[in-house]
Amino acid sequence: MSAIAEKYLRQRLLPHIWCPGCGHGILLGAILRAIEKVGIDRDKTVMVSGIGCSSRATGYMDFDTLHTTHGRALAFATGIKIARPDLKVVVVTGDGDAAAIGGNHLIHACRRNVDITTVCFNNNVYGMTSGQHSPLTPFGHMATTAPYGNVDHPFDLCDLVAAAGATFVARGTAYHVTQLVDLIALALENKGFSFVEAYSQCPTYYGRRNKLGSAVDMLEWYKKNSVPVKAAATKDPQELKGKIVTGVLKKAPREEFTEEYQRVIDTAMARLKGGRS
Amino acid sequence: MSEGKVVLLQGNEACAEAAIRAGVRFFAGYPITPSTEIAETLALRLPQVGGKFVQMEDEIASMAAVIGASLAGVKSMTATSGPGFSLKQENLGYAALAEVPCVVVNVQRVGPSTGLPTCPAQGDVMQARWGTHGDHPTVVYCPSSVQEAYHFTIDAVNASETLRTPTILLMDEVIGHMREKMVIPEKVTILERPGPDVEPGEYRPYDVSRSDVPPMAAFGAGYRFHVTGLYHGEDGFPIDRGPKAAQLLARVCQKVERRRAQLASVWSESCDDCEVAVVAYGSPVRVALRAVRMARAQGIKAGLVKLGILWPFPEEAIRDLAGRVKAILVPEMNLGQIVIEVDRASKGQCRVEGLSRVDGELFTPPEVLEAVRRVAP
Ligand SMILES: Cc1ncc(C[n+]2csc(CCOP(=O)(O)OP(=O)(O)O)c2C)c(N)n1
Ligand code: SF4
Repeated sequence: MSAIAEKYLRQRLLPHIWCPGCGHGILLGAILRAIEKVGIDRDKTVMVSGIGCSSRATGYMDFDTLHTTHGRALAFATGIKIARPDLKVVVVTGDGDAAAIGGNHLIHACRRNVDITTVCFNNNVYGMTSGQHSPLTPFGHMATTAPYGNVDHPFDLCDLVAAAGATFVARGTAYHVTQLVDLIALALENKGFSFVEAYSQCPTYYGRRNKLGSAVDMLEWYKKNSVPVKAAATKDPQELKGKIVTGVLKKAPREEFTEEYQRVIDTAMARLKGGRS
Repeated sequence: MSEGKVVLLQGNEACAEAAIRAGVRFFAGYPITPSTEIAETLALRLPQVGGKFVQMEDEIASMAAVIGASLAGVKSMTATSGPGFSLKQENLGYAALAEVPCVVVNVQRVGPSTGLPTCPAQGDVMQARWGTHGDHPTVVYCPSSVQEAYHFTIDAVNASETLRTPTILLMDEVIGHMREKMVIPEKVTILERPGPDVEPGEYRPYDVSRSDVPPMAAFGAGYRFHVTGLYHGEDGFPIDRGPKAAQLLARVCQKVERRRAQLASVWSESCDDCEVAVVAYGSPVRVALRAVRMARAQGIKAGLVKLGILWPFPEEAIRDLAGRVKAILVPEMNLGQIVIEVDRASKGQCRVEGLSRVDGELFTPPEVLEAVRRVAP
């Protein structure tokens, strides 16, 4: 076991419950490496997740950890961060969790710009409930609830959160682990709402039903079909269809919610003292 | 009445002020009539005491944020009305099972659905008891005056913190919007959640070896513990089906049920020699009191019993009462929710009748008096 796993995982809860070949373990490792890299205070960090295979990641991490209800991780996290701005708050969420049931919380978290780092484990499917289509399942792909091919069109989740006001947006994959660690580290360092979409292979439900091969084949697919954001800038949209654009997609810091709210408190207290309330 | 400052306040404002007095420093909510003044008052008042107010995107998010804030060590509250209360239910169950203190205020309006948005009702009595999925503990306070809205809010915060369970303040539109004279007491009792007294490495968030209410650490204090809505062991991590799962649910329910007598808030007038008792809660209490006095003036031996806490239901008080009277009348602004409980607790010792009003209007004293006459022996 690596030194990082040794240091940050709750050993007695291992082995984990993810399927052999699942990408979620790689992403968990990337989060821990990013944390090590940034060097945040572990006793002042809370890890929050919703419901789904992805959400089990928090239980393995030796921090204060909160496993919430489906789609609501960001809303719980918002309460923690606003109540205690001194804490670092990290959210782990799935694509169904974040973009379907939790879609409204996601866009409002972006708008509010509360200092929360969100890592979305995007496996393009509902894993825990065994293979239904998610808002990120590509058009035409198969799922248990899309037995004739998916007629729902997927979101570009990074475009969505960027438009909604996230101040740091990035995308990576389970294949490009070193890059992913860097992206998560940058997200952790950003003061404001940061979002990292991380592709994660689900060989059990998404891969098998869509004949994408083994976990290794799926990782190969990520490798072949990813385009770094700089290279993507020179390509026309047609060429980028079905490709995964990776790297930092947006960085635009602005006022963070809890800092703004501190100003509200200062004003309210000053007015009360001045007897003008 | 206790010593203090005499003020003119609205029920919703009294609730907000009491929350601050009780130590609530975090509120998350979404506006809905007739509860909105609670959010508005706290948006103004909380920052003055260093607290936080946040208007969330919906009621589900508000409930979630409140649980998050409470786990971070801050006394937390939300307020809503009927439809919003329905939306909070999933996370209310979460707070019950994960044992996270928080207060949910529901200023009831006429339902179901959008119903009669600005009219009084008491249709959420059973939702307050059984709203979430699964069996769960519930503590529900039901004020019938602005003064009680103040006291019961403090009680709701105290009970929530000391029992580690969500508590509900169930008002109705009349109490929420009514302005009346009340006293802000000089002294109130404020209670805190039980904290851990072990080293972080030894802390188990659901350790019940010393009390059925486990000590609660705050996030960020170095205890590094796990909280989940799954059934969990004493260490907070998920467990599978079996006896431990059953024990967990039994304990979280029993910790409240065991304190039923201690929590009970039953007040009565003219009940010593009465033959017809009116059992009421919320704004109908005021009408019923008038009707009972009118009945006495006409020589009918009527009395009033006021329920300040609906859940856990004051079984013993009602059973005693039923043994002493010939009939009980339960006026409520729904099609009959508490009357079923009163009937059950009465164990057939006396006649039990309900009186319903669901047209968005309050009962009138003559209406209740007439019903008293009807059931009187
Ligand atoms: C309110 C609610 N609705 C539905 C579910 C069932 N459910 C559990 S996990 C899940 C989907 C999870 O998918 P995703 O977020 O993509 O995560 P993954 O399991 O793929 O990692 C659903 C629908 C639930 N637990 N709660
Ligand atoms: S179902 Fe898919 S996402 Fe879930 S653990 Fe298995 S491989 Fe991973």
